Amino acid sequence: MGALALVLPLLAFVTLSFVVPLATLLSKSAYQPEVSEVFPETMHVLARWNGEGLPPEAAFAAMAGELAKALDERALPRASGAINRVQGGMRGVLNLTARRLARTDFAGTWRETLAGISGDWLQPRTWLAIREAGAPFTLRHYLQALDLERKEDGSIGFRPEDSRVYTPLMWRTLLVSLGVTLLCLLIGYPIACMIANSPPKRSRLLLLLVLVPFWTSLLVRTTAWIVLLQRQGVINGLLVGLGILPDDARLQMIYNMTGTFVAMTHVLLPFMVLPLYSVMRSIPPSHMPAAVSLGASPLKAFRRVYLPQTLPGIGAGSLLVFILAIGYYITPALVGGRTGELISSQIAYHVQTSLNWGLAAALSSILLVAVTVLYLIYSRVVGIERMRLG
Amino acid sequence: MNEHLLKIFRPGAAMSAAPWLALFLLAPAGAVSAQSITVVSWGGSYARASQQAYHKPFADETGIEVLLEDYNGGLAQIRAQVDAGAVHWDVVDMEMSDARLACDEGLIELMDLADLPAGVNGEAPEDDFPAESVSECGAASLFYSTVFAYNRNFLQGPAPETIADFFDLEKFPGRRGMRRSPLVNLEFALAADGVSLDEVYAVLDTPEGLSRAFRKLDTIKDQVVWWEAGAQPPQLLADGEVMMSTAYNGRIFNAQVLENQPFVIVWDAQVLDSGLLAIVAGTPRYEAARQFVLFASRPRSISNISHYISYGPVRVSARALVDRHLETGIVMEPHMPTSPENLKRSLELDWRWWSENRDEMHERFSAWLAR
Amino acid sequence: MRSAPSAGKSLGSEGIPPSTKAAAPSFLGRRLGRYGFNALCVAGFVFLLAPILVIVPLSFNAEPYFTFTEGMLRLDPDAWSLRWYNAVLNDEAWGRALVNSLLIGVASTILATALGTLAALGLASPSMPGRSLVTAVLISPMITPIVIVAVGVFFFYSGLGLGQTHAGLILAHAALGAPFVVITVTATLAGFDRTVLRAAASLGAGPMRRFFRIQLPIISPGVFSGGLFAFAASFDEVVVVLFLGGLEQRTIPRQMWAGIREQISPAILALAVFLIAFAVLALLTVEWLRTRSASAPRSAG
Repeated sequence: MGALALVLPLLAFVTLSFVVPLATLLSKSAYQPEVSEVFPETMHVLARWNGEGLPPEAAFAAMAGELAKALDERALPRASGAINRVQGGMRGVLNLTARRLARTDFAGTWRETLAGISGDWLQPRTWLAIREAGAPFTLRHYLQALDLERKEDGSIGFRPEDSRVYTPLMWRTLLVSLGVTLLCLLIGYPIACMIANSPPKRSRLLLLLVLVPFWTSLLVRTTAWIVLLQRQGVINGLLVGLGILPDDARLQMIYNMTGTFVAMTHVLLPFMVLPLYSVMRSIPPSHMPAAVSLGASPLKAFRRVYLPQTLPGIGAGSLLVFILAIGYYITPALVGGRTGELISSQIAYHVQTSLNWGLAAALSSILLVAVTVLYLIYSRVVGIERMRLG
Repeated sequence: MNEHLLKIFRPGAAMSAAPWLALFLLAPAGAVSAQSITVVSWGGSYARASQQAYHKPFADETGIEVLLEDYNGGLAQIRAQVDAGAVHWDVVDMEMSDARLACDEGLIELMDLADLPAGVNGEAPEDDFPAESVSECGAASLFYSTVFAYNRNFLQGPAPETIADFFDLEKFPGRRGMRRSPLVNLEFALAADGVSLDEVYAVLDTPEGLSRAFRKLDTIKDQVVWWEAGAQPPQLLADGEVMMSTAYNGRIFNAQVLENQPFVIVWDAQVLDSGLLAIVAGTPRYEAARQFVLFASRPRSISNISHYISYGPVRVSARALVDRHLETGIVMEPHMPTSPENLKRSLELDWRWWSENRDEMHERFSAWLAR
Repeated sequence: MRSAPSAGKSLGSEGIPPSTKAAAPSFLGRRLGRYGFNALCVAGFVFLLAPILVIVPLSFNAEPYFTFTEGMLRLDPDAWSLRWYNAVLNDEAWGRALVNSLLIGVASTILATALGTLAALGLASPSMPGRSLVTAVLISPMITPIVIVAVGVFFFYSGLGLGQTHAGLILAHAALGAPFVVITVTATLAGFDRTVLRAAASLGAGPMRRFFRIQLPIISPGVFSGGLFAFAASFDEVVVVLFLGGLEQRTIPRQMWAGIREQISPAILALAVFLIAFAVLALLTVEWLRTRSASAPRSAG
């Protein structure tokens, strides 16, 4: 019980400052009360409407009253954005109607009054859109995030190939993460091996060389890659200066996938080297020479004796790098350009620019599920207690 | 040494830190004094010009401090702040089309035209502004233009002269810089595709015309580096990262005259637009913000900007006050987007079309971009 | 490690030639394999360090761009300047950013270190119920993609009026930093023999006395390096600041982000050099602590 009392403060703190916000975010993916909050009366009337033809006069009256109120209370953008996402053009209709209402004479019925401002009010699809956007619980965002759509006959299927946005991006994110993990392994393995098998003094020094980039600000490292990779940058300058490349054929290594790949590999490499090193350090240095002296070739000795013993390190490093890569944002955003963007950029875009928070939340949930699965594998395979930092 | 560390982590040390911590936790809002406003502008050389031209004079005259924040256009942050009832931005320098849409949505405060300062010779404000440029949504301040430019140093062979050249990868191979927005790019695409400039919006208004614009953009999509901030195109050009880039004309001008960059502006099919200062609805610092906007609307304040960057006053009476670039003494007129020579083949951005179609265009554009 | 030139010569024979698969490897084959391996390692280290080493000379560029000018290559003194260092030191914005970074970093570190140390002590106790689940929750901020953390915190904190406040950022950064403290302190406790505590108890030492006289001296290097990690995590964090912070909460990385994305200026290279210096300093501190920790009194076995 003493132990629990010690853990409790942090547990409560992390729950309040982290877990609850995360849960709130996830709830936004399926729960969006904005429209029904701004137009409660209208939604009430529409709930009893059978969806055929036009809704009753009461709906028009409620809409007129609530539009004026929404404009007054500056709540209109919130609702009109959500409706506009169900049916393009509705933001304009709602804005126009709300603005004009105050200056329009009452035409006998609210239906006539609204129709006088915009013909769209006599279109059944306008009301269907409002009703759909007003449903507080929806799976629409998940459908959109997975590039699914409801077909005419009500069934759910993939969008046409050329209008899919998010699934290709998710595949790209997976492939890039996988590629970066492999690259890190290829570069990191020999490095870790050398550090682990050097005499203690030199080993410490080499480890420091890995830790310097690890401790250096992410933005500094990303800036450095811009400096190195750009068209007039250091690498291109070197290649042209040495006569390897003609001046007009400089390589394009930035603002595309190459930029994302190189910079992400650099940033994540220490996360591969450190777990590998900590496993390799515990392998007795006498194993390899022993195998060789028994007649195995160095390659065979490595494959049969050394490699199997480092598998836990490979697993730990790879999973860690992969988990970090899959949610990467800063580096791709700065050096990736359009073609080097990952799913996290779309999440940021929908939160900050399109304000389609439901979709951003749905994309986040999908990403979070992927990371959670990986985390569970990690803690199974490695055990979280064995995670080492430097 | 352990003794030493122990001292650091004695409860006493933590206790003495507690009030200090509490101070920061409780008093963050107090950091912005009542006598300061946050003005949001477009960063880089334009923001510096605005600071020199009227932020500082305003602060000197009224004692109200002007804090400068950057953004790259759009309504998202304003929508989010107004919706949350937590307005941190007071005055925003907006594109005309955005401002009118924001006005329709109730995101910005309406303006009483009678408050606007008179013209240089006492002209009534409504006579001193072109009719389209002033309304209860605010008064346009500056003309600026989106053009394309290239760096003479990296050019081999003939120079591009028309907007069609910008889209011609065979004649002019190399990457292009373009703003990450459908705005202006759709117009450029149609103009390059042979649509005459006065029909661009009529064509854009049809589904076929819109598809045509995107198809034209498709032809160079793989070669485009997308920029967001106005400060990026000069950098991309200087670094040779792109062969040509669309850009705001003033940014290119400043790189030309202040940094001696061998940039060349191609004025063909330039898209002329105007900006205006709007007050975010519900700001707790409304009165100071209003004073600021009115100060900035004075003919002298507006014309002052043109002494730092090649953007021209919208107010008629202020135009005569523009003369030379302050730091270099260059005569500004030939560099203005509104000079007759540069206006020869130009397009005025149709803010009505954009404020009506903004959301759809952005959605379609970002989906197109992500594919 | 081989010196760079000799490793460079054998670049063509990376890895071990397959012909050495024969039972008794030739001396030459083994030699080549060794060179190949060393070359790989050197290449790896170059890849790791080159970006950082390139930044330093470029920050002395007299021109406002990110490339080496001809003058710099000719070592023309006019092409080199302290211009960008002046720009950083004289720009109020960087000063304010530094104050914000330190404020948010120190406050969140104190919070994370205090709570994280207690939690690690609790987790190490054999009587801790549901250890793996609790650990998972406590570590989760470190594993969750930072974009998701930022978005979640943005929505939730804004609703509480913590949007665009220092307090909001401190809380968020403390949550992000606490896992580091939990991990490092747990690691120092791993070799700690709990029988010592029982022995002390049997000799009449109270729980506070046992903690301050026995546990704390042993874990203090872990606490300190965990705190340093937490501080570095906050000091380098930009995504949460991007979403949650405003003009008044601009930190150093946020200002750098603006520098790269909005107002491009080589001043950020000069700043980068300061940050690299900070990193090296922090690293050496941790290193020093580690050697202290290794020599600290602890029970055998």
